[in-house]
Amino acid sequence: MAGQGIMAVVLSETGTHAVPSDGGLRLAPEDAARVTGWTLKPEGMCREELCVPLDGAMLAGGRVDVAAFWRQLGHPVASDRAGETWVLGAEAEARNVALAGLEAPDFALPDLGGTMHRLSDYRGQKVLLTTWASW
Amino acid sequence: MWEDLQTCVFDAPFVVIAVAQEGRGAEQARPWIERVRPSYPCLIDDEHRVSALYGMVNVPQCVWIDERGVIVRPPETAGSTDHFRRMDLETRTLAPELAAEREVSRTAYFDAVRAWVRTGRHALPGDAARARLPVITAAMAMAEALFRLGLHLRRAGQGAEAAEHFAEASRLHPESWCIFRDAQQLEPSGFAGGAAFWERVRALGDKPYYPPPVL
Repeated sequence: MAGQGIMAVVLSETGTHAVPSDGGLRLAPEDAARVTGWTLKPEGMCREELCVPLDGAMLAGGRVDVAAFWRQLGHPVASDRAGETWVLGAEAEARNVALAGLEAPDFALPDLGGTMHRLSDYRGQKVLLTTWASW
Repeated sequence: MWEDLQTCVFDAPFVVIAVAQEGRGAEQARPWIERVRPSYPCLIDDEHRVSALYGMVNVPQCVWIDERGVIVRPPETAGSTDHFRRMDLETRTLAPELAAEREVSRTAYFDAVRAWVRTGRHALPGDAARARLPVITAAMAMAEALFRLGLHLRRAGQGAEAAEHFAEASRLHPESWCIFRDAQQLEPSGFAGGAAFWERVRALGDKPYYPPPVL
């Protein structure tokens, strides 16, 4: 018997998503793709040329256990006590590899007026990227 | 101070991009930005994404990025010093001689930025820049995930559970003052530099709060 479905909030590198979940972050394949950036194929979960096979427990009832998959990749997973909010974190090594290439990681953030600014929009200028806080 | 840099006349195109690491979002940052009325982009980063991407652990930290989008100086302390550790906590003031020393350090850093913009000086070649990159560990990556969860839960009104995730994030990534800072309760003044902060600073012992940049 299928578990009680809930709407889970998933925060990942692809954004913040509200997705129907069967609990424990078991998602329909299309939602799994949306939150992870990996696509379910016969070979497993795939991204670009890489495919990672899923064992029976990770793929059951047509649902992908995204939390288990993410942990299998060695990536951090965090959730609230209720299992309704999840964070699929970035892997440390991926961060390190990105930085080692010395290409400044891109991002898009709003100003006070809500206008989005992307770091790469400022290509062609020297940029002093500085962080601050109110205290 | 960033406005002084931004309004310098340079032959080469240059921009300061200031990113507020403020889990409480735009309204927390607004008074500070409106006071300065900057001519450069002041962005609101309510998930500390920039700190996560660049391995930053405190504010203010700077990254220097050249015209090709290449990091030429990895994250480093941006002109601040540890003189504040000798501040009179009653009056929240610094002795004049210490304030003068701090100003010398700050000026040296900003002069270095100006020299970079004008001549390219102080930009690090690839291997030297790589050697100064922060190393992100699995524990730090998990801390980032827990911190992001805590920020989301706090915004959703679940402050008590958020605090638990913040505490675990701090335990996993004790070097991050960004995580510690944003997890604190704010005082009515808008600051959170209370006893917990100073206790944590004292616990550093001889270790710097603001490691000085190597120019």
